[in-house]
Amino acid sequence: MTVGLNAFLIVAGLLFAVGLLGVTLRQNTLVIYMSLELMLNAVNLAFVAFSRYNGTMDGNLFVFFIITVAAAEVALGLAIIVALFRRRQSVMVDQLNALSH
Amino acid sequence: MLDILFYVFSAITLIAAVLMVITPNAVNGAMCMIVAFIGTAALFVLLEAYFLAVIQVVVYAGAVMVLFLFIIMLLDVDKGEGATEYKNKLTIGASAIGFLLLAMLVLTAFSGDYLPEPGLTAVTENPEVFDGGVPFTTSSKSFGYSLFTKYMLPFQVAGFLLLAAMIGVIVVSKKHDVAED
Repeated sequence: MTVGLNAFLIVAGLLFAVGLLGVTLRQNTLVIYMSLELMLNAVNLAFVAFSRYNGTMDGNLFVFFIITVAAAEVALGLAIIVALFRRRQSVMVDQLNALSH
Repeated sequence: MLDILFYVFSAITLIAAVLMVITPNAVNGAMCMIVAFIGTAALFVLLEAYFLAVIQVVVYAGAVMVLFLFIIMLLDVDKGEGATEYKNKLTIGASAIGFLLLAMLVLTAFSGDYLPEPGLTAVTENPEVFDGGVPFTTSSKSFGYSLFTKYMLPFQVAGFLLLAAMIGVIVVSKKHDVAED
């Protein structure tokens, strides 16, 4: 494969940018959360690319741990969103402003 | 051949990610997200990280997105007021400009000869242990070897973290009496 490391890093950077765009653009908490997952995924891609081009296994193992933490984080985050919905009957960020006034 | 596959999978991943961000319906967004995750798994295969590609499909595209879809359908958030709207006009403009700047930054930082580009070395199947990190192999045996030697403590901590998350989810989602607090 003649595709270099920088091509993978560009893809990872663009994926991260798209995820950040989703976080700033959307109102729905669940979509914001999915965008956060996308950003984590972009970082994973950069890790694997660095690991492959460096010739060491450590980046791959780090991605393994990131996926573990992300799975735990998703379960807990979604439980918090469900608890929030039960209390406020909404998951839209413009209606979840109890702390701002 | 592999180069064409790289461009195809990158395009699929990026287009699915953009669709996930801009589609108004959260369920459609989750479906696009699954495509983006599988595209990333395909990129992992191109990088010869086969074990991680499988993990990516099973954990991310499988378990995590099923959980997301379950919650989206359980809460039925698309019916509520303002469910499909974006944030206000100023936020849209500002985030679009910020995104463009970020994309420009990525492109200019990595295009041309600005950064050194290491060559791709062949993967060895049965590497000798050498100092300075575990050598890259495609076999999942080296994964297990590293997990139980160099990364023993993080491995244990990750297991404990999963237990803590499980207990945390049970505590958070337990039904409280609303009148009580």
